[in-house]
Amino acid sequence: MTAVPTHARAEAVPAGDVLVLNLGGVWQITQPQPNWRKVLGDRRPHAVRLAVEGLERWDSSLVRFVREVEGWCRAAGVSCDTTALPETVRRLVDQLARTQEERRPASRSPNFLAGVGLIATGLLRQTRDFADFVGECTLSASGLLRHPGRFRWRDCLSEMQQCGAMAVPIVSLSSFLVGLTLAYTGAIILRQFGGDIWVADIVGLSTFREMGAVMTGVVLAGRTGAAFAAQLGNMKAGEEIDALETLGIAPVEFLVLPRLLALTLMTPLLVMYANCLGIFGGMVVSATVLDIPPSAYWIESQTIIGLSDVSVSLIKSLIFGMLVAVAGCLRGLQADRSAAGVGRAATSAVVTSILLIIVADAVFAVLFNALGI
Amino acid sequence: MNGNPDLSVMPADSGSGPPAIGVENLECRYGDTVVLSGVTFAVQAGELFFVIGGSGCGKSTLLRHLVGLMTPARGTVRFSGEDFIQADVVARRNLLKTFGVLYQSAALWSSMTLGENVALPLEQYTTLNRRERGEIVALKLAQVGLAGFEDHFPAELSGGMRKRAGLARALALDPRIVFFDEPSAGLDPVTSRKLDELILQIRETFGTTMIIVSHELASIYALADRVIMLDHEAQGIIATGRPRELAASSDDPRVREFLSREEEKA
Repeated sequence: MTAVPTHARAEAVPAGDVLVLNLGGVWQITQPQPNWRKVLGDRRPHAVRLAVEGLERWDSSLVRFVREVEGWCRAAGVSCDTTALPETVRRLVDQLARTQEERRPASRSPNFLAGVGLIATGLLRQTRDFADFVGECTLSASGLLRHPGRFRWRDCLSEMQQCGAMAVPIVSLSSFLVGLTLAYTGAIILRQFGGDIWVADIVGLSTFREMGAVMTGVVLAGRTGAAFAAQLGNMKAGEEIDALETLGIAPVEFLVLPRLLALTLMTPLLVMYANCLGIFGGMVVSATVLDIPPSAYWIESQTIIGLSDVSVSLIKSLIFGMLVAVAGCLRGLQADRSAAGVGRAATSAVVTSILLIIVADAVFAVLFNALGI
Repeated sequence: MNGNPDLSVMPADSGSGPPAIGVENLECRYGDTVVLSGVTFAVQAGELFFVIGGSGCGKSTLLRHLVGLMTPARGTVRFSGEDFIQADVVARRNLLKTFGVLYQSAALWSSMTLGENVALPLEQYTTLNRRERGEIVALKLAQVGLAGFEDHFPAELSGGMRKRAGLARALALDPRIVFFDEPSAGLDPVTSRKLDELILQIRETFGTTMIIVSHELASIYALADRVIMLDHEAQGIIATGRPRELAASSDDPRVREFLSREEEKA
């Protein structure tokens, strides 16, 4: 072990009008250092001379201290003599002084108007990118219809397993609980009119026409959309996408289409399953809280849920699945080549998916109403 | 150009005392696979020390053990005589701030600007305020030739600039030891030579001890005071010495072959 190092010292010794500042000890940036203002106290010297006395070791902390003394001297209009310092120290102090002079005001953010303009053009560009991407997917898909042998079935199947079968537990839980809550909420009002049995109608209709597809869509956006974005974003950061392109393989055909098809096929299945569990959730509440036997609940459900409701659910789920897959893949392919970029891509994929699901759901509501479905 | 710089005014515990790094009988393994065993060497303060060898010989593994990312199966690593392997949490933290590491890919934190990258060690280990930290950051970036790049993100820089920024971060606390993992990897010869010059310049200014893992012969001949050569089959050091002397007079054909391959170019 080396001896305990002496701390950094800066002792002010007045010599007439001149203040001699003796620097010594071990100057280490990770250790406490003297404070120039405290060393100076209320003295107002006409000149400052820096001297070295028992200086054992030093680093940037000494350079910074000397620079601070120099800066104070300049501001106070007194001369500062650093000639007694080691040459390396003086060189570094000069370098630090230069960086401070050259330092530009570091505001790189644009003003308000420019900011609004940038956001607007950014939105426009994003919309165009999205449309481009959808177009590219459509073209690739139609190309594959002509050459189905080129499609990556193996990838598609494994994606189906990932985004379909593996999502069953979380979809089960969320849809069962949504059915449960719907039944409780419905019962509060219906009980007042003695119409307990209509809980089955409320749960059945709202599950099939809205909640099943929307809830599953949101779950898939968080689960699968984010996974697509993170995976593709990471592949982009690792130049894997570039490697595909230079081999003449379109990333959309190779990476996006299998995922798109997998999620588009799996979402309707998951939504139908979610619908059933939602009804089951309602049935459990009815049987335990409202004393409606499951058979009565079942018969009532059958009378209210028609083929149109099932098809509404199917159409919605098909579109939601597609939207989540497109948003996830697009954001992944757009990701910046860095860890932060991949993180942003995953976040943005979830936000975009959920936004698209909500917008699409509203459009469906208007459309189905107009068509009388 | 080789040989220790004038350290009379500069720190670095020159002279007697324990070596800057002392490695004794180190055994490195992944699970049951022994990569290195019986590795013993010492690096003197202010020395430019190269760990060389072909791909897969365990250079990077050795480095990961030296900086504490992996725990050796056996042996000791001492920094200025202090045991790093057996150190408790406090002692380990104190030792960690005495060295800096420049990773192969620079490993800058991508969500932070260069300024923030360099400032983070200062925030963690010093009592400097924001303005003072800013000054040190500016100085460090200027030292590596990146003055004024504080607000840039790593993704906005070229590979060479990222390496230099990584070096600025490794130097933030003015460590007495800096480890380099393949500093020239992925750089063109000109950029790589500039980085070599920077390494020399920093050693001359601060008397920093440098341990460099590399297989770039140009850098080895230009910089190294001393090298150790590792070998995959020998699972350890097969040669120690000055690179030119080893190339000229080593008894081991593997060493001569490695070092003479491109000597004429260097």
